[in-house]
Amino acid sequence: MNKPTDLSATTFTLNGQPAQCHPAPGQRLSEMLREQLDARDVKIGCNAGDCGACTVLVDGAPVCACLMPAQQAAGRAVETPAGLHANDPVAHALGESFQNHGAAQCGICTPGMMASAVALLRANPQPTETQVQDALGGVLCRCTGYRKIIDAVMGAPAITRAAQGHAGDAIRRLDGADKVAGREAFGDDIAPPGTLEVLVIRSPFPRAGFTFGDLDGFVANTTGVEAVLTAADITGRNVFGVIPQFMDQPVFAEGETRFRGEAVAAVIAAPEVIRTFDPASFPVTWQERPASTDIHNAQTDRAAQLHEGRDNNVMCGGFVACGDAKAALASADVSVTGHYQSGFVEHAYIEPEAGFARMDGDRVEVYACTQAPVMDLEALEIILGWDRSRIRVVPTGVGGGFGSKLDISVQPYLAMAAIKTGKPVRLTYSRSESMQSTTKRHPSDIRLSIGADRSGKITGYDFYGEFDTGAYASWGPTVANRVPVHASGPYSIPNFCAESKGIHTNNPPSGAFRGFGVPQAAIAQESLFDVLADKLGLDPLEFRILNALENNAPTVCGQVFSQGVGIRACLEALRPAWAKERGAAAAFNAGNTTLKRGVGIAAGWYGCGNTSLPNPSTIKAGIRADGTIVLHQGAMDIGQGANTVISQLFATALGVPVHALTLIGADTDVTPDAGKTSASRQTYVSGNAARLSGAAMRAQILERMNVAEDAQLEIADGIIHATDNAGRHSFALSSLSADGEGYVLRSEETYDPPTKPLDENGQGAPYAQFGYAAHLVVVEVDTAFGTVKPLHFVAAHDVGKAINPMLVEGQVQGGIAQGLGMALMEEYLPGRTENLHDYLIPTIGDMPPVETLIIEEPDAHGPYGAKGLGEHVLIPTAPAILNAIHNAAGVRITQVPATPARVRAALKANSHD
Amino acid sequence: MSYHNPTDLASALETLTLQGGKIVAGGTDVYPSAKQGQQPAFFLDVTRIAGLSGITLTKAGYRFGAATTWTEILNVDLPPAFDGLKSAAAEVGSIQIQNAGTIAGNLCNASPAADGVPPLLTLDAEVELTSAANGTRVLPLAQFITGVRQTALAPEELLTAVLVPEPPQNATSAFEKLGSRRYLVISITMTACLICLDTNNRITEVRIAVGACSPVARRLPALEQALIGKTLQEVAVEADHLAPLTPIDDVRGSADYRLDVVAEQICRAIQKAAA
Repeated sequence: MNKPTDLSATTFTLNGQPAQCHPAPGQRLSEMLREQLDARDVKIGCNAGDCGACTVLVDGAPVCACLMPAQQAAGRAVETPAGLHANDPVAHALGESFQNHGAAQCGICTPGMMASAVALLRANPQPTETQVQDALGGVLCRCTGYRKIIDAVMGAPAITRAAQGHAGDAIRRLDGADKVAGREAFGDDIAPPGTLEVLVIRSPFPRAGFTFGDLDGFVANTTGVEAVLTAADITGRNVFGVIPQFMDQPVFAEGETRFRGEAVAAVIAAPEVIRTFDPASFPVTWQERPASTDIHNAQTDRAAQLHEGRDNNVMCGGFVACGDAKAALASADVSVTGHYQSGFVEHAYIEPEAGFARMDGDRVEVYACTQAPVMDLEALEIILGWDRSRIRVVPTGVGGGFGSKLDISVQPYLAMAAIKTGKPVRLTYSRSESMQSTTKRHPSDIRLSIGADRSGKITGYDFYGEFDTGAYASWGPTVANRVPVHASGPYSIPNFCAESKGIHTNNPPSGAFRGFGVPQAAIAQESLFDVLADKLGLDPLEFRILNALENNAPTVCGQVFSQGVGIRACLEALRPAWAKERGAAAAFNAGNTTLKRGVGIAAGWYGCGNTSLPNPSTIKAGIRADGTIVLHQGAMDIGQGANTVISQLFATALGVPVHALTLIGADTDVTPDAGKTSASRQTYVSGNAARLSGAAMRAQILERMNVAEDAQLEIADGIIHATDNAGRHSFALSSLSADGEGYVLRSEETYDPPTKPLDENGQGAPYAQFGYAAHLVVVEVDTAFGTVKPLHFVAAHDVGKAINPMLVEGQVQGGIAQGLGMALMEEYLPGRTENLHDYLIPTIGDMPPVETLIIEEPDAHGPYGAKGLGEHVLIPTAPAILNAIHNAAGVRITQVPATPARVRAALKANSHD
Repeated sequence: MSYHNPTDLASALETLTLQGGKIVAGGTDVYPSAKQGQQPAFFLDVTRIAGLSGITLTKAGYRFGAATTWTEILNVDLPPAFDGLKSAAAEVGSIQIQNAGTIAGNLCNASPAADGVPPLLTLDAEVELTSAANGTRVLPLAQFITGVRQTALAPEELLTAVLVPEPPQNATSAFEKLGSRRYLVISITMTACLICLDTNNRITEVRIAVGACSPVARRLPALEQALIGKTLQEVAVEADHLAPLTPIDDVRGSADYRLDVVAEQICRAIQKAAA
């Protein structure tokens, strides 16, 4: 028999129940499960088998649902992550273990991880670490650094504990249960099946002119196409950007595109039409034009100017100077010079940008993954030319962000499409669209000179860095400003000069990526520190301790902290491991000729919050008559744990268990602005707002009940009970009248960090607090191949106060994984690595164990002493690895990633010297 | 557009007489290479065809059904001569890919970095090609893959089996893969080695194939010749031995780098195969 099955049903078993579907010929199993059977727990990250997020079990075996024709499911048993969690005790127990370890951060990879792990655990209930890695090697995670996933699968003892959930308690994530059960709804999980889809038409060239053909005819003559969007449809201004003075990016290019992947138009059509729509059939003609794709060419007279008023394609610069760097370098006893380079780094969150929009009367509602809902709303105000009261932005779950989801992506297309058609619409970027069109880490080209006296004290420091900011400004000005402020590292340097420039090219826009340029600067600074220590004959760790910034000493910006400077404590915490690991490496090397081990260290610092700019967060809470305590938690949780930490801080201040809180998330209609999730500011800034809000609520209660400051509160069943030395008091909430939101008590508090502007020499008070870090890594270099394998990390982080130590470890391990990727394998090449098999991020087999040393040097401004952490982590990682490579194999790698080819080339050059 | 998933070979071959179709098995190459809006005239799913999956030992040697997955290859008992093939199977993408991807798919996709090709070359594998009009023909694997993404498969033909003659009784084997990360990685270079030693630990037979260093993975006959009679300690790879290799520069590594490291990789593969 040879009957084509295009008309017949595909009948199979789905999570133990009979299922029947009529997939289109060759439709992916993932699409059928998600769109026809409501299995939105099956996540799609790449549609190419590169990420494993869509893993399901077919007859018990893990497969990528994105690679299986739906028809192949016929007669077979398909289990999805949600079904496994609901039906299989092994999966349920694993879900508990994931929560006990914080093995789910953003949660987008969690379903695929858990499905893969369940298949392993069914066959092998007590797997080894290697067996876990082999079983989970096909699922990428960008948040966790994998180690907690390994612990969870191996059933290691829980690191969380049952507690009140106050500041300092390692409790489970409050949002973890939905993540492990496959219930959390991300950007692509909101739209009902059948919703109209938006397909963006993008430039195939780095720079091109273009002309449209007959667009009206195209819409009229193409069955199923509802409408087309171009710049002509913009009702406000065709521009967006995150920094008001530098807004320069069009929603749809006009006349000329400035980078490969830039949008010129969008097609709105039914899903079955989009499925078969060939973008080449869209009526647009391209004229490729000469492009500037590197910063050196872009600054020449021959290069095309990307933006008016930015001569030689210089967008802007940053500058910090104190003392006389040049004179100090000239008179230094010992000086060293270096040149360091890095390429584009892709955020590679496993969730591509996605969202849904619909009209509600004359208002438009946009549901999308984002790090900054209120900034999204403000961008839409400008683009639509609408009053903000007519726009609602509701963030979905965010499957990783790391900086790139601070900028708008799908939002304007969704809003415009909903408005133009009057119908609900959805848009999910393909992996290559996401990689082509969204922001990257800035490539850097840094020249640095450092001088010291014979005792090893640094006397002079001169830094010049150029950064490829791509076609549009995005967060480039922030990078240009942050780099000179941080370029000293956490050290005392009396004579310092640092200049940075952001250069426009016809490359994708560079924007915010965990560290805003500081990781690139740290590669130069911390690498050259090792060169200098070597030349001075000093131990690299003791050299850093000798120069470490102290309380009451000025930073290079002239800012003096009288407390809270924790870098010395971080560095000193590494001393035992430094001695032990150096000895172990030397012993290993004595017995090996091809494999060589080395130990490297590096440090870092990072100012929390915006640089010398207002940066407020507001946190609102209310208590209902029935005693429900509602926290409007608007600080976007992109996996780092803001939902949990902000709640812990509020609960601590109010004096109730965190589990007594009911959370309402970010929503521009009902939750105040807690600012963007960026600059490692949420624990510090929004955390302070939460603390103030909790304290304000508590003060109202204490006053109404006339009880002591230290009264113990219980709020339940419409009654507040307060116990103090005078006894137990009760207060009936029903005696109060409710406001429009149903609250009988409410609090709303704002916190804005105290900073001062920087003068023309960068002198001032850019941040109210810094966090500090120092990493040690042991690597093994295969000198014949040039491959580098990190074996072990020790990471000391001064977080002031660890509000949730489990989440602190999660940030540390995840940041190290990203730093490892930047150091060894990640380089985005426009047009060449626009997928996750040519652009490589670390897998579960690439991440060694991490020992996290939590240092708590309390900060006077931080909530309960806490400092920010998220970005600090990956700053020391890459230079620590480069320093370890030198220690192992005697070569200094000055360009990342240190790919096997680059390391091997350096080794060969070295052996010829 | 239609989807055909026949259970018998004759129906499949009949379907292939239509033009513009796409053969699909594990989908691990078909879907990643799919372009927005471009679809084949039909899909021919070969995974349900009787006799097209599984491994059997015949008088002529081992027969790997075309739709045999890498996981099936990993899980079946085979002599040590197949350890290299199994090792390559374990390096194909990830478990998800190994559970779906098939041996024939790997060959027909004809990637220069196909993990399965070097070990199959060292096993002197042949492919069985079948069509409705012309029946069956057998080609050596080295002649089947003709270039980057190019094979000798005729439009109406189906690769129905991979045939491996019974290897020497004392043959052992290994596979070495060099990539920039541990899992889900496309090789920079890879080497398969099959080796036979006599009782004095001298090499009596050796077959070496290198992948990702030429448009099609290549055996190295001059090296194989030179190693006969040598002990493992005497193994040395000379530049001339690598003459069949013509590596390119790409995002994974430069041509120079590939040539530089492949000699070492070959030595390691030989030692591992003999271990």
